[in-house]
Amino acid sequence: MLVLALDTATPTLVAGIARRSGGEVEVLAERAVPSGNRHAELLVPAVREALAEAGLALADVDAVVAGLGPGPFTGLRVGVVTAAALADARGVPAVGVCSLDAVGSGARTVVTDARRKEVYWAAYDDGGARVDGPGVVRPEDARLTGPLVGDLRFAERLGAPVEPAEVTTAGLLRAAAALLDDPASAGPLVPLYLRRPDAVPPTSFKPVTTS
Amino acid sequence: MSEPLVIGFETSCDETGVGIVRGHTLLADALATSMAEHERFGGVVPEIASRAHLEAMVPTVHRALADAGVSASDVDAVAVTAGPGLTGALLVGLAAAKAYALALDKPLYGVNHLAAHVAVDELQHGPLAEPSLALLVSGGHSSLLLVPDLAQEVTSLGRTIDDAAGEAFDKVARVLGLPFPGGPPIDRAAREGDPSAIDFPRGLTGPRDAPYDFSFSGLKTAVARWVEARRKAGEPVPVADVAASFQEAVADVLTAKAVRACREHGVDHLVLGGGVAANSRLRALAEERCAAAGIVLRVPSPRLCTDNGAMVAALGSRLVAAGVAPSAPDLGADSSLPIDVVSR
Ligand SMILES: [Zn+2]
Repeated sequence: MLVLALDTATPTLVAGIARRSGGEVEVLAERAVPSGNRHAELLVPAVREALAEAGLALADVDAVVAGLGPGPFTGLRVGVVTAAALADARGVPAVGVCSLDAVGSGARTVVTDARRKEVYWAAYDDGGARVDGPGVVRPEDARLTGPLVGDLRFAERLGAPVEPAEVTTAGLLRAAAALLDDPASAGPLVPLYLRRPDAVPPTSFKPVTTS
Repeated sequence: MSEPLVIGFETSCDETGVGIVRGHTLLADALATSMAEHERFGGVVPEIASRAHLEAMVPTVHRALADAGVSASDVDAVAVTAGPGLTGALLVGLAAAKAYALALDKPLYGVNHLAAHVAVDELQHGPLAEPSLALLVSGGHSSLLLVPDLAQEVTSLGRTIDDAAGEAFDKVARVLGLPFPGGPPIDRAAREGDPSAIDFPRGLTGPRDAPYDFSFSGLKTAVARWVEARRKAGEPVPVADVAASFQEAVADVLTAKAVRACREHGVDHLVLGGGVAANSRLRALAEERCAAAGIVLRVPSPRLCTDNGAMVAALGSRLVAAGVAPSAPDLGADSSLPIDVVSR
């Protein structure tokens, strides 16, 4: 089957096309685009380019994999809603995975930028299975066991080296393997927000004037 | 050949709207709203709205397609609000629309939300007279627009310099202990009140003020002061009279400026739009003053005055008919998209 993989949980958006057969994954084309806050502008062009490079059309795609984060909300939603809409329009399944699962491999703790001076993290065992997280924490308060992989800008504040690693198409496909075997088992695409919306109900109806 | 089938996406605030039109014919207007989730915050919380848009998006598309009795593959063009609005909210609809356009291999039109408020009237009252004037009032906007050509040329004559009219309704409702959003409860309360009971200020109506700009902040504060003074004196607050007098001040300024703009620009058609256009006093006063001035007033039904996907589809349909070029694949959202950019 041909799988389109999308992720916008980190500052580098990923759009990739892979062929999957009998558990083997072959990445046919991949775009990893440093996108800052411009995921919405750059994602569709990246998908087009990846499809063109693979010599395929969207009509050839049998399933869509979306990284569900955690990641900065606004960009994250762009990837998730794009995956949901593409799959819906083509009538193919869309499955979601934790984006951190797609960073690095084997025993590791993944750290990515959560903004507000915090990191998203998740820990994996020797077999690469997630055993803790995802969570969000201040690096100074984190007690994460190595090896650390992901966003190396946090090495100093974590007090340990961080091996650079990013979300990849192969990683997304690997994380989605079980769901792709049985797409009916996948739930709806709900982002891993990990934080509640910043909103405080007014505690009292304050007078508008103070005279 | 039948006219093109256009699907429109609207997510600039708290309504997830997906509308479908064929030419000027409305086929579907599916809507999901997160309004109830914002109630306890007394205003729209952008992150809550954005989350709700994502959740509602695909189901709302399905509802629109089912209501229209068409399938996605029948769609000829996709239109989406590209701004102005809340960035995070806009981006959900924008990304969804871009994905549907890509997957269906159809052109995409990123459109201006305000121009879409004008376009929606074509679904009910047929082609717009051009030039027309448009008065758009809601919780997010208070604008007076000159519309020589809805597909390519819309200019701003005036706008609020502080609060939107709808915001003033929300804040006054809060002062009076009425629920959010404030428009409908104030309208209801005002029916029992005397609109001339309290002479609240009419902002920016002096001879040296900008003739078409609005200001509602001073009015809001005046109402709050008046109510607080009563409370401090231990007197009961005549809620109906306050609501009626406040509403009268808003409707008076809005309609006076709109009619004056029509007269000074030699335009004899006025379109109302936005959530506040559902206000019964604004509609009545606009009718009265337009009739006296020989202006044809066009007001969409309340359902189409508030934000919805049909208005975006209506403008998209207009753009397709006018042969306007579709948007580039790297279309983004612009929270403060200027009104003279009808599509981008
Ligand atoms: Zn609006």
